[in-house]
Amino acid sequence: MEREVFIEVVYLAASVLFILGLRSLSSPATARRGMFQAELGMLLAVVGTLVNHEIVRYDWIAGGLIIGSIIGALMAIYVPMTAMPQRIAISHMFGAVAATLVGIVEYNNVGGNLGNVTMAALGFEVLFGSLTITGSFIAFAKLQELMPGRPVIYPLQNIMNISLFLAACGILVYLAFDPTNVILFYTMIGMGLLFGVLMVVRIGGADMPVVISLLNSYAGLASSATGFVLDNSILVIAGALDGASGFLLSVIMSRAMNRSFANVLFGGFGAVEATTEIRSAEGLTVHSISAEDAAIQLAYARSVIIVPGYGMAVAQAQHQVQELASVMQEKGVDVKYAIHPVAGRMPGHMNVLLAEANVPYDKLYEMEAINDEFDRTDVALVVGANDVVNPAARNDSGSPIYGMPILNVENAKSIIVLKRSMNPGFSGIENELFYNPKTSMLFGDAKASLTALVGEVKQV
Amino acid sequence: MSEVTFTELYVFILAAFVGYQVISRVPALLHTPLMSATNAISGISLVGSLVAAGSDHGQLSTILGFIAVTAATINVVGGFGITDRMLRMFKRGDRD
Repeated sequence: MEREVFIEVVYLAASVLFILGLRSLSSPATARRGMFQAELGMLLAVVGTLVNHEIVRYDWIAGGLIIGSIIGALMAIYVPMTAMPQRIAISHMFGAVAATLVGIVEYNNVGGNLGNVTMAALGFEVLFGSLTITGSFIAFAKLQELMPGRPVIYPLQNIMNISLFLAACGILVYLAFDPTNVILFYTMIGMGLLFGVLMVVRIGGADMPVVISLLNSYAGLASSATGFVLDNSILVIAGALDGASGFLLSVIMSRAMNRSFANVLFGGFGAVEATTEIRSAEGLTVHSISAEDAAIQLAYARSVIIVPGYGMAVAQAQHQVQELASVMQEKGVDVKYAIHPVAGRMPGHMNVLLAEANVPYDKLYEMEAINDEFDRTDVALVVGANDVVNPAARNDSGSPIYGMPILNVENAKSIIVLKRSMNPGFSGIENELFYNPKTSMLFGDAKASLTALVGEVKQV
Repeated sequence: MSEVTFTELYVFILAAFVGYQVISRVPALLHTPLMSATNAISGISLVGSLVAAGSDHGQLSTILGFIAVTAATINVVGGFGITDRMLRMFKRGDRD
């Protein structure tokens, strides 16, 4: 009895520490301290669990803890910041693996003796767990470029996917009334695994921020369901926090792209442009500029806003961006960064990449905070961004990105765009900004162009 | 519905509500660390995994439990480790 009270108290303390830890993430100044609180919470929860009287042998536990710690530590040390979206995707898979296997073990141990409600929770746990396992793995494979990032589309895809999911849900309901049907239980897991694959193969690279957030939410819900099955409140709480976070982030990401969940999951972005009329660029002229001339504009500007996009991350040019910003600052230029919510491949990714390149975080501005400042800015420097600065989102109701909130780059007094070539960006949409009379294009690899700009600005 | 499950339902709804409130105050600047932190916290499935691996309900359960412990530990250690690595990089620009 005393032991059980101890465990409950420890779990309660851990839950409070988790919430405090997440609360501290409201500011970079308190974030690290908060994470120590969360770590302490986790340590307490593990210690509390280990004294549980159900645990009679420690050999396999020790093995799992040691192997997991080694793999986890290696990932924590060596995964580059550019690979963060993949790492997050694969870790959703690990979380879902744990939740699903715990569900299967519980089912094996207790078998048909589960109550209806508990069986429903267990079914939910393994169904959402299994679809998160394969869904996250496919997201990982796409982001890691083990498979093509573009959506895989075939006829009747949505109908088949939805039918498969509804059939799996049907089995779940049946199992709640007849928990003893082992074959159906494993069939449901198989369907969940298949659905995860089919759901994510049809999603393109640009939609990954939404998908990763959504899978985050599913992984959280699966572990929350584990808590219902085991009647364990800390699992319920931690899973709910994770689920709420993933849900909120996917809402923010969808809003930043002006798309609904349904549209992301069933719309197949990047596949629709064949039917949309791409505005012809013929008859419009592009003004190209040399690094030397661009450097003069930048060095004599009073204020410059840098707009980094995914192209910058692909070119690994964040360090050169920072270098250019610091030589401009030495010339007395006021430099700020405008970060669109979907500038990277996952929520907040661009901020991490720039922080790694030693850009101070008080120079990084969110879209709402900086959009009015473009009017008063001499030069907007666009590095590898395309859709997030495309005025078609505002002006062209036929455009696939119409309605998406964008950065007001076109309001700046002049605009310099660093771009490899005139090929359209990820979504395949023509960008009017490039033909704007105020815009100058500096063609070439982003890294090389930036290095040239740094040299030229120094000489001005 | 059993009384126990009802209590857990209260816990779930309240925790999700608190989570939503707390997390909506996290700035976009820290959304990636937030995701990796919640990922580490979701490694709490370790709690269930430890019981599965250690309660000696037959070899299959033990091995599945072992895999679950390994997977959850990767998330806890890897998640907290990488969150700290990211947060260390965020610096203010008060050099002058």
